[in-house]
Amino acid sequence: MSRQSVAKAHQKIQELSWDPVYHEPVSHYGTDYTFRKAKKKDPLKQVLRSYFPMQEEKDHRVYGAEDGAIRGNMFRQVQERWLEWQKLFLSIIPLPEISAARAMPLLFRTVPNPELHNGQAIQMIDEVRHSTIQQNLKRLYMNNYIDPAGFNSSLRNFQNDYCGTIGRQFAEGFITGDAITAASIYLTIVAETAFTNTLFVAMPAEAAANGDYLLPTVFHSVQSDESRHISNGYATLLMALSDESNHQLLERDLRYAWWNNHRVVDAAIGTFIEYGTKDRRKDRESYAEMWRRWIYDDYYRSYLVPLEKYGLTIPHDLIEESWNQIWNKGYVHEVAQFFATGWLANYWRIDAMTDEDFEWFEFKYPGWYDRYGKWWENYNRLATPNGHHPIVAENVDYVYPHRCWTCMVPCLVREDMVMAEVDGQWRTYCHEACRWTDVEAFRPTYQGRNTPNMGQLIGAREWETLYHGWNWADVVKDMGFVRDDGKTMVAQPHLDLNPKKMWTLDHLRRMGPVQSPNVLLNQMTDTERAAFQADYNRQGPAGRPAPAKSA
Amino acid sequence: MTTTAEPTTERSVPKPVFTDAEAGAKVFPDSEARRYNYFKPAKRKQSHYEDVTVEVQPDPRHYLSQGWLYGFADGKGGYPLEWTALRAWGSDRPVPERFAGSGGQGYEWPAHGWHEFRDPNEEWELTLYRYNSNVVRQLNQNIEAARQAKAFDQWNRNWVQFVAQHVGAWMHVDHGLGLYLFANANRRAPTNMHNNAISVNSMHRIRAAQDLALYNLTLSEEIEGFDGSAHIETWNSDPAWQGVREAAEQLTATWDWCEAIFAANIVFEPLVGELFRSNLVQQAAPSNGDFITPTLIGAEEYDFAERDLRYTKPMFQLLVNDKQFGAENKKLLQQWLETWVPRCIHAARTLQPLWSQPDAKPPRFEDGLDRAKSRFSAILSELELTAPKELGQ
Repeated sequence: MSRQSVAKAHQKIQELSWDPVYHEPVSHYGTDYTFRKAKKKDPLKQVLRSYFPMQEEKDHRVYGAEDGAIRGNMFRQVQERWLEWQKLFLSIIPLPEISAARAMPLLFRTVPNPELHNGQAIQMIDEVRHSTIQQNLKRLYMNNYIDPAGFNSSLRNFQNDYCGTIGRQFAEGFITGDAITAASIYLTIVAETAFTNTLFVAMPAEAAANGDYLLPTVFHSVQSDESRHISNGYATLLMALSDESNHQLLERDLRYAWWNNHRVVDAAIGTFIEYGTKDRRKDRESYAEMWRRWIYDDYYRSYLVPLEKYGLTIPHDLIEESWNQIWNKGYVHEVAQFFATGWLANYWRIDAMTDEDFEWFEFKYPGWYDRYGKWWENYNRLATPNGHHPIVAENVDYVYPHRCWTCMVPCLVREDMVMAEVDGQWRTYCHEACRWTDVEAFRPTYQGRNTPNMGQLIGAREWETLYHGWNWADVVKDMGFVRDDGKTMVAQPHLDLNPKKMWTLDHLRRMGPVQSPNVLLNQMTDTERAAFQADYNRQGPAGRPAPAKSA
Repeated sequence: MTTTAEPTTERSVPKPVFTDAEAGAKVFPDSEARRYNYFKPAKRKQSHYEDVTVEVQPDPRHYLSQGWLYGFADGKGGYPLEWTALRAWGSDRPVPERFAGSGGQGYEWPAHGWHEFRDPNEEWELTLYRYNSNVVRQLNQNIEAARQAKAFDQWNRNWVQFVAQHVGAWMHVDHGLGLYLFANANRRAPTNMHNNAISVNSMHRIRAAQDLALYNLTLSEEIEGFDGSAHIETWNSDPAWQGVREAAEQLTATWDWCEAIFAANIVFEPLVGELFRSNLVQQAAPSNGDFITPTLIGAEEYDFAERDLRYTKPMFQLLVNDKQFGAENKKLLQQWLETWVPRCIHAARTLQPLWSQPDAKPPRFEDGLDRAKSRFSAILSELELTAPKELGQ
């Protein structure tokens, strides 16, 4: 058996499938796409006989490196600034991974091609691998890194924290709604093919520069499975393209999936890479440079653009707009600033930026200091408790933002914020593309076409609503972000572990109550709301209040 | 000797920095809190398996304060408990309502009884790849050793045909259930513990299917006249296989994920799978000169008996003994038995002609079926269920 070629073995296993004659397999999931049976090939020809030993060998390498890291005292060289952000990242990422496993069955009945089902089943178990290997890495960090707080409460935290909720879209988008929209376009065509490059390749490289070589060990091993998943997605995409009636839906879903991935992944990974690093060599790539290489050149120009030969219109405008957001509108910097503003509602410590950081930012993003420098100096000034409030409640020229109802990242590029009244509720959106997603795309009709299988945006999508009127100390306690002395907060706006320098619930008691921007918005009259929007659109950059109008 | 010094420029690389960020370097609140603190372990100490599995899949009754964010067209998100008719305690508690000022508290861990399930195999990536790699490596070696020893030459003609047709036909059962029942069910259950165990079960079946298919390919290359496609014709039109095929298709057509797992692993496998594997192939092969096929079939038998059945029993034991819905669940499981036992007995009986096909005969079909029924009854008694009268058919 071992002498057989992979191609021959793969050909043989095609004999396994059969067309049912007595009972059709259950159909749990629907799609508005139409597929004709087609003999689209599984390009990677994976057979379990070779797959299992291959994965086992990859495991040997990963676990060997983990042992080596502990024996070699890796944590004596790890930058705390970096590892603190891993408390957020590693709390979120196991769910998207396992959700990708759960997404595969959405394709079984909707994509009539048994050869592809084989690849999808292997993807399913790959994703189980990814989820548990990442949980294990986090466990190792918890056991060996100086501050286990936040790692030890990880999976509770990400479920009730607003950052975790933002990240959760990257999982839930895979498993619900129209089966093809979710499991194919959002998951494989956009999330895996485009954004795993920054997630699993660019970010681990930054980890290594910060003394952590286990993140690259684990995530490069994970990424080595992604090429197979990308092939699964491409084969399905080609089948969908062969029916012209699908083009309208493909164009809708590419717009939604691209924009949502940009909003969510660039917010998180951009922040980790730019604000979580201590490596300030001028010749190391910035997130913007990485994005341009991995996503704009490798994905957009090499993968998406060629799809136009099949008659598909790809969302050039949104891709250019994403770049515009990152390069001209400071999207990543605005997000990092917001995360730091709301440090007290998180479960990791956020280090202040120093002069060395300022210099690097100014070099990479000319004009950065004028926009963000002063605010970060204030952040540093207010880092340890000394009779003042956390920065969110101090006057530092920052207006607390409204949330985007769709992507749930706040509306940080203030000029882009739009509003709509949907189902009797006024909602704010960070950008027209997010308004379109809620108001037009996720609806049972799209451009006059019935789309009965399209999903819905559900849930309590504005985190602040839950705590409207609450004292901040009670909010943090309710979420459980408190250390084992019952009062010291998990989150801190600095890296000093001297208990005297750490914030406690007692410090928060003196603050005013949390106010939900969305609740307040819905209490406004139409005139007040219009004035509010006009003012909001004039705010920024860096969350600054709108300048006074000249007489 | 003189050397010319090359002009050197310092490479731009990150510099190692001593940070002293290792555990124990300082004492502060939580500095010793090195356990995942968001779940209660099933035993005294948290297991490695629990650490990498529990709570990865969230629950709005528990910590998921903002609820599911994306729904299907009917507005349901996540993993609705009503995707099975079985219920665990707390299933009837509504998802906590969220409104302005509601806070984010859910119910206490574990919120409801589904979260109490732990896979006794403790499967996660490290274990599943180790296990399956060992299986495929051992099978490859067995087959290669047999090939080199020309062991296939000792098979009698009828047995060659039996393996081509009937052992080959079983690969379709493995493949169909592996993909369209088990892999499909990994999207359906309300906890990560269930879904991971189910997805590992799926890979056992798909691997076993491929083991048989590739073995069949080797036999095509090694045995003159071996018909490598006979299994397809047998599966499609041999009347002896149509009962099994109908039952397998019916299993994949089952809407309720618990019913599908229960019917497959508690009813179909003991009554049909083990009947075919342990009471026919394993018994007939040695006396027909074949010591290789039993190693493949034995691997699959171990998958089922020692891994898949091993997680299935506690999964249903929890539901049968549930403090709130135990009696109701038991009643429903009995109904499922009444539905599936006749189907599986029918499938088993239609296989009967196979027992007379090898030259060296295995023990009688009725004896094999009796053994299968007795094993099945023992499994039911572990679940405190009663064999339905249809078992006597």
